Amino acid sequence: MPKLLRLLGGATVTAILAFLLLPAGVVTLAAFNSRAILSFPPEVWSWRWFIKAIAYEDFQAGVRNGLIVTAWASSIALAVGAAFAFALDRYEFRLKRTLETILLSPLVVPHFTIGLGFLILAAQLGFARGYSVIVACHVVLVLPFVLRSVYISLRNLDPRLELAAASLGASPGRVLITVTLPLLLPGLVSGWLFAAILSFNEFTASLFVTVQRTQTLPVALYNYVREYADPSMAAISVMYIVATATVLTLANTFLGLAKVLNVEHSR
Amino acid sequence: MSIPAEPALPAPARVTSGTNGSEHAAVELAGVTKRFGKITALDAVSLFVRRGELMTLLGPSGCGKTTLLHLVAGFLIPEGGEIAIEGQRITDVPAYRREIGVMFQNYALFPHMSVARNVGYGLRMRRMARPEMDRRIADALALVKLAGLEDRRPRQLSGGQQQRVALARSLVIRPKVLLLDEPFSALDRNLRASMQVELKEIQRKLGVTTIFVTHDQSEALSLSDRIAVIADGRIRQLDTPHEVYRHPSDRFVASFIGDANVLRARLERIEGAVASVALGAARVTVPMRTLAGSAVGSAVDLFVRPEDLQVAEPDAAAAAHGTVAAQIYQGGHIDLYVDVPEVSSGRVLLRVPSHEAASLRPPGTRIGIALAADVAIAFRAA
Repeated sequence: MPKLLRLLGGATVTAILAFLLLPAGVVTLAAFNSRAILSFPPEVWSWRWFIKAIAYEDFQAGVRNGLIVTAWASSIALAVGAAFAFALDRYEFRLKRTLETILLSPLVVPHFTIGLGFLILAAQLGFARGYSVIVACHVVLVLPFVLRSVYISLRNLDPRLELAAASLGASPGRVLITVTLPLLLPGLVSGWLFAAILSFNEFTASLFVTVQRTQTLPVALYNYVREYADPSMAAISVMYIVATATVLTLANTFLGLAKVLNVEHSR
Repeated sequence: MSIPAEPALPAPARVTSGTNGSEHAAVELAGVTKRFGKITALDAVSLFVRRGELMTLLGPSGCGKTTLLHLVAGFLIPEGGEIAIEGQRITDVPAYRREIGVMFQNYALFPHMSVARNVGYGLRMRRMARPEMDRRIADALALVKLAGLEDRRPRQLSGGQQQRVALARSLVIRPKVLLLDEPFSALDRNLRASMQVELKEIQRKLGVTTIFVTHDQSEALSLSDRIAVIADGRIRQLDTPHEVYRHPSDRFVASFIGDANVLRARLERIEGAVASVALGAARVTVPMRTLAGSAVGSAVDLFVRPEDLQVAEPDAAAAAHGTVAAQIYQGGHIDLYVDVPEVSSGRVLLRVPSHEAASLRPPGTRIGIALAADVAIAFRAA
């Protein structure tokens, strides 16, 4: 009986994993299909859609725009989020609980609302729909994730470490540089990385605030699929998965993924 | 027997002028008050720590002893009063300019630095030249017997080793005062005893003034030159371990430090500063100091240490008579728990040497209880 149960359990886990990986698997296989329709499984294998996707100008621009927006948005969000996290962790003030709740609970406001809001704002204020509007929009979208990441690291930081440093002669600035920041680094890096991946992926809000010239990769993909239905998009998806996996592997190798993702038991 | 601390000079004046030129206090607090919201953690505390002394702040948790330590370290700023170190007023000097070594309960080692970098941290903050710094680090590690572990990370060390690193780190800056916050509570029993001895030796060798916070009264008794017993934000007694144990200033101190039996007795006669108290057929002399306001004939609570009670013949004219409830062998001595309804509602504890034939007093045996000393301490009946 227990053997049967174990077998059933194993089968269930396998089925769930297969279900989770199914879309990625299907897309990957479709990307290698030599025929010009999105079909599965491929009959003739080929790299041609990869070559086409890489050569396609809108996709190139999308990657470029996406990287610009992501770099700015996640860096600004990191600075702002870290400042808020410090304030929440270190100081007592009125409405602290309220602020904490607002800043730490993303997903209450839907992405399209945020996108629409920025679109209206930009129009009202006479802003051209350039990068600044997209970046501002993405900062709002990813801020809660950065804030949460830094906030958790700060909570886990033993205040006695900073007191010990002070007693040994470190001024507040040097405590920050020699003790606080190095110990927060995993939280800061994971927050930035999380924000970057979210921002690069973001579609709904970006659709509202981008124009042809500034469209990010997900928007470019959307515009493409409205007109064509060949496997280039599947090829892009595969490259996307590979790129993300590479970044995470590098982060794991050089920083320790466990540390970056704050899995490690602190202290 | 001094409340408040030793030289009761007018508070702020003394600290700022540092008049007592021959011997500055290493640390002096005058009328220091600290509040957290509505709670008064320390209430006008004055304290005088002599140079080279190991003073313990002893009290139950929440009594304010750690707050006091943090005030001396500069982690907190008092609402009132003054603090001076070696005659210099430092009440509002920030922690990093105070030259004070602090060792925390969890050691607070920097997890991202090696042992050597942990120990050298304070020297780097002082921008010390490299050769001098290396020499000082090596000396400090040798002092705590950790030479050879320079490149380890704190997490690779045992609890005892981590504590040694923390001690070396706080001593290497040659602090004016060393502050220890419950340093032994995380260690197991055997290691704790050996670390206590070692700390005491190092402290004496370096002659560094040390303030030590603990809630463990036996630790305080064994390590301290003097003990400040703290409760509810006030110093209840500041004295040598012997004085605190033998001549507690009040009920709280008497019951917090060591084991004590509280026996119902009667005030029989007052002779100036002392009084005679009757406990059954026994008479014992107590100071009147702790009995102020009690009239002859009134009931008093006599505090007697377990080792000051003796077993007497059951039919002798003893202080009291009772029935043995339990007998616990402790190696060097035996703890006898005795029901003595005539003088105590609880059980009375006798501590007798184990070489006295114990087998003669199994539970249920009736015994007499005699006082081994003719001096004790009594308080007004609660």
